[in-house]
Amino acid sequence: MSWTQLSLTKAAMIACLFAFAGGSAQAQTATASAVGDAARGAALYERRCTSCHALDVNRIGPLHRGVVGRRAGAVPGFNYSPALARSGLVWTEANLNRWLSGPPRLVPGTRMGLSVPVPAERADIIAYLRAQGAAPR
Amino acid sequence: MPTSPLMPQRRKLLGGAMLSLGGLLALANTATPASAQGRRMSHAAQDAELLNAAIALEHEGIAAYQIAAESGLLAPPVLQVGIRFQGHHNQHRDELIAGVRRLGGTPVAAQTNAEYATAIGAASLRTQADVLQLALRLERGATNAYLGLVPPLHNADMENLVARLAADEAYHVAVLANALQQEIPVAGMMFG
Ligand code: HEC
Repeated sequence: MSWTQLSLTKAAMIACLFAFAGGSAQAQTATASAVGDAARGAALYERRCTSCHALDVNRIGPLHRGVVGRRAGAVPGFNYSPALARSGLVWTEANLNRWLSGPPRLVPGTRMGLSVPVPAERADIIAYLRAQGAAPR
Repeated sequence: MPTSPLMPQRRKLLGGAMLSLGGLLALANTATPASAQGRRMSHAAQDAELLNAAIALEHEGIAAYQIAAESGLLAPPVLQVGIRFQGHHNQHRDELIAGVRRLGGTPVAAQTNAEYATAIGAASLRTQADVLQLALRLERGATNAYLGLVPPLHNADMENLVARLAADEAYHVAVLANALQQEIPVAGMMFG
């Protein structure tokens, strides 16, 4: 084995270690979203989201009650971008976490641009959304 | 979850197989969510979609001032301010529509005022203070929404446009908060 091959293998091993570290960081984020604080989330939701969203009525964005566990692009009467309508996503907490990290990165072509860069704030907002229960029938 | 099918692959790699640079890139590629795969979007087209949400926001704001003006709840001087602000929002809408067209997109159309009345909860307005509170809430929301649009946009002219729109909305917030005799905030960093 030549020196270059050896260092490449080393590089690969290091890369793998990083990949694993990344994986566990992701797992931690998912756990963090499980322990998000709904009360803090309510205040963040008011400040960051209510310019476009409401819980029970479609506005600039679709209504939010019951969004956790719902299929993406599924609120009746809301005019979604083709990209989100066809995304095939389900709003699990993990997917909401990815969405709020940067909507156009998860769904290129979406109309929502706002992101929440701080992981703990995303967790709080997701906890708040989960606490809002299911949509009224 | 796109990460789970990756796991056995990673184990195998750790098991001693050599990983080429190409392999690393492939690994990085598989990590992109399924929904994003194969859906390349030009920056211009993506920016146009994001600006369309802003146009929708302006449509709602214009309708809100119209509903307020027709409510009969506003004293004449307050009504004058509302009409002036609505004029700014008309101008914002037109600038955004021109921007979306320049980017090759199709601007979203307005809904009916009846739909906007439901969306903003106009039925619960009883007094002039209620109307001012609603206007303040919408203007504050719009300021934050525009600030949130700066990072994801790609086009520098459009970034500049939404920053200027945020500034106009912040001006509206200041005037409305003053009309409601709210205290000047103690802390800075009031938006975003
Ligand atoms: C500037 C307006 C705007 C802001 C601010 C905004 N959104 Fe959105 N949101 C939208 C639009 C528009 C859509 C629909 C996107 C599409 O069709 O591509 C959307 C869609 C969504 C969806 C998908 C819902 C579904 O039915 O598929 C979720 C979840 C969401 N937003 C959460 C949030 C949260 C949480 C916040 C605050 C942190 C927020 N949004 C802030 C405009 C906004």
